[in-house]
Amino acid sequence: MLEIKNLHASVEGTEILKGIDLKVNAGEVHAIMGPNGSGKSTLAHVLAGREEYKVTKGSVIYEGKDLLAMSPEDRAREGVFLAFQYPVEIPGVNSAYFLRTALNAVRQYNGLDDISAFEFLKLAREKMKLVDMDESFLKRSVNEGFSGGEKKRNEILQMAFLEPKLAILDETDSGLDIDALKIVAHGVNQLRNENNAVIAVTHYQRLLNYIVPDYVHVLYKGRIVKSGGKELALELEEQGYDSIKNDADKKVNVPGLTGVK
Amino acid sequence: MSVNIKEKVWYLANFEAFEKKLNGGAQTPLHRLRKAALQRVKKNGFPSIREEEWRFTNVSSIESMNFKPVDEKEQEEIGRNTLQEYLFEDLTPNRLVFVNGRFSSQLSSLSGLAQNIKFENLALELKNNPDVLLPYLAKQADYKKHAFTALNTAFLSEGAFIYIPNNIIVDEPLYILYISRDGGESFVTHPRNLYVVGSNAQVKIIESYVGFGEEKYFTNPVSEIILNENAIVDHYKIQQENKSAYHIGVTQVHLKKDSNYRSNSFSFGSVLARNDINTVLDGEGAECTLNGLYMANGKQHVDNHTLIDHAKPRCNSHELYKGILDDRARAVFSGKIYVRPDAQKTDAIQSNQNLLLSEDAIVDTKPQLEIFADDVRCTHGGTVGQLDDEGVFYLRSRGISKHYARNIMIQAFAGQVTHKIKLEGLREKVEGLVFSRLRDGHLSDK
Repeated sequence: MLEIKNLHASVEGTEILKGIDLKVNAGEVHAIMGPNGSGKSTLAHVLAGREEYKVTKGSVIYEGKDLLAMSPEDRAREGVFLAFQYPVEIPGVNSAYFLRTALNAVRQYNGLDDISAFEFLKLAREKMKLVDMDESFLKRSVNEGFSGGEKKRNEILQMAFLEPKLAILDETDSGLDIDALKIVAHGVNQLRNENNAVIAVTHYQRLLNYIVPDYVHVLYKGRIVKSGGKELALELEEQGYDSIKNDADKKVNVPGLTGVK
Repeated sequence: MSVNIKEKVWYLANFEAFEKKLNGGAQTPLHRLRKAALQRVKKNGFPSIREEEWRFTNVSSIESMNFKPVDEKEQEEIGRNTLQEYLFEDLTPNRLVFVNGRFSSQLSSLSGLAQNIKFENLALELKNNPDVLLPYLAKQADYKKHAFTALNTAFLSEGAFIYIPNNIIVDEPLYILYISRDGGESFVTHPRNLYVVGSNAQVKIIESYVGFGEEKYFTNPVSEIILNENAIVDHYKIQQENKSAYHIGVTQVHLKKDSNYRSNSFSFGSVLARNDINTVLDGEGAECTLNGLYMANGKQHVDNHTLIDHAKPRCNSHELYKGILDDRARAVFSGKIYVRPDAQKTDAIQSNQNLLLSEDAIVDTKPQLEIFADDVRCTHGGTVGQLDDEGVFYLRSRGISKHYARNIMIQAFAGQVTHKIKLEGLREKVEGLVFSRLRDGHLSDK
């Protein structure tokens, strides 16, 4: 489904991703872990098409197509979804209008008719149940005045509407209490099937108790320095990132380079 | 035919012509007022950019442009179809329509209003019942202080007169439509409105200025509004002059005890627009809300000046003005809140927010608080910013196109003002006007 090869990307002239290789097949869950500043969120945003992040080298093939050549909206229409770490507040844009506009944009791209107001409401009720949200939410402005937990649930709700093939969860667990985390994880698990895939970017192992990964990759200084099965996450939980950092720093052998902040 | 304006400025020439038409009317007290106002214009001329209140808005072109009075000869009837979308027939059956400053009984409609409510052409009332309106006329808008009010007063004749007796609640809005259409030469009109609202009375007033064609003209309206005790007025002004037009308007509001004035001002048209709203909170417990939205692109210049005079204790004022600018447009916002020494317990909030869609647009925002009382709560702020990139990216990441995402963000910005329109039908119309102005994430010339 997704094949990332030697991906380099920079932000405002600073190289953050320094050669990422990753292959994700349908039906798989990949966790990307790593210390703060390792490039996890940058990778997530590069895949979603954030223009501030410049790809300087490498390629990303998604479903046989050059993902990097597509606009952010076309990536979404092709089934790539980014659940934001910090969902954006958009005062004045009603949530129902936003969801319906997004859904219809994707439907039109796929040659389908717009969804009617009636059908939309029916669908919304069904999807909102998945993340335990009540109907009053539809009347509120997008993310405006939402609690941290509500914002994250709203991300999963949007994912439920758009039914992506590739969902990238950017630190969806950060700042969530255990109850909210369970709701969010439950939502994601309900949406999983053999045709789609999940990339879960996270700093903590906790999320992975609920969204169980097939593969765990450790990102450090813009490279994947270690890959393994779900047991790698537990190992990191116990030992922290220090041993991996040390090993990686030795291998990379860049004298004088202190850890990235 | 051209007149040598070096010898005689256009408004003096216009006044001579105007006076001739008045016949016997030239001896009345009203006409003495007109002449005094004209003297004020003659003596002081138009304001220059050296004056603080006109620092960012240069009106010298208006002075030199040789505007003519509207041609007297019968004009071709304006097609009803052209006007349909501006008549607001679905909103209200009560409407006064003026074409190039002159009352049109044909286009107006006055059905269903109770007999004791007055809603008619000011000129007619001046002729038939001057005693009703003379105690109020020109008592609020001071021609001595404001050149364009003086100019309007010198030519005072047609406009809307509203009189709501005590305890009357008017359900359907009263709608006043000023249409300007090509009239051959550049012309000037001086609409004059007077709204007197009795104690415990309530009314909603919509004032609309619409321009057709592409020729230059100049609209110079003055509205005076008097709210007696516990009266409530919802006032909407929608300015859609054509893109070559000049619009310089003054609204002067006087509020008595416990009365409530709510203004919603939308400034979309004109090459140069200036809207002044001056309110005097002259009784305890009075409240005023001033909301405004301006959109300008190309070379448009839009200037909103508001003054809220807290003259008595325990008055509240809320003000929100938002602007959207593109291309080389320029906007000015000046909001003065004046709290007099005995106006304790004043609560005043003011905010001006501007959205710039191009590198070349300019905004001058000038909130001013002048507080002479010590037990008050006043806040103000001005912001100038660009479209939120993160918001646009967020929408795009959900499959919404870049242009549409920008349009949504702009609409949302405007929505914080348009949502405050209480008349649902009108809100839809104004939101439609905002939307029709958006093209590919920018403002278009509609």
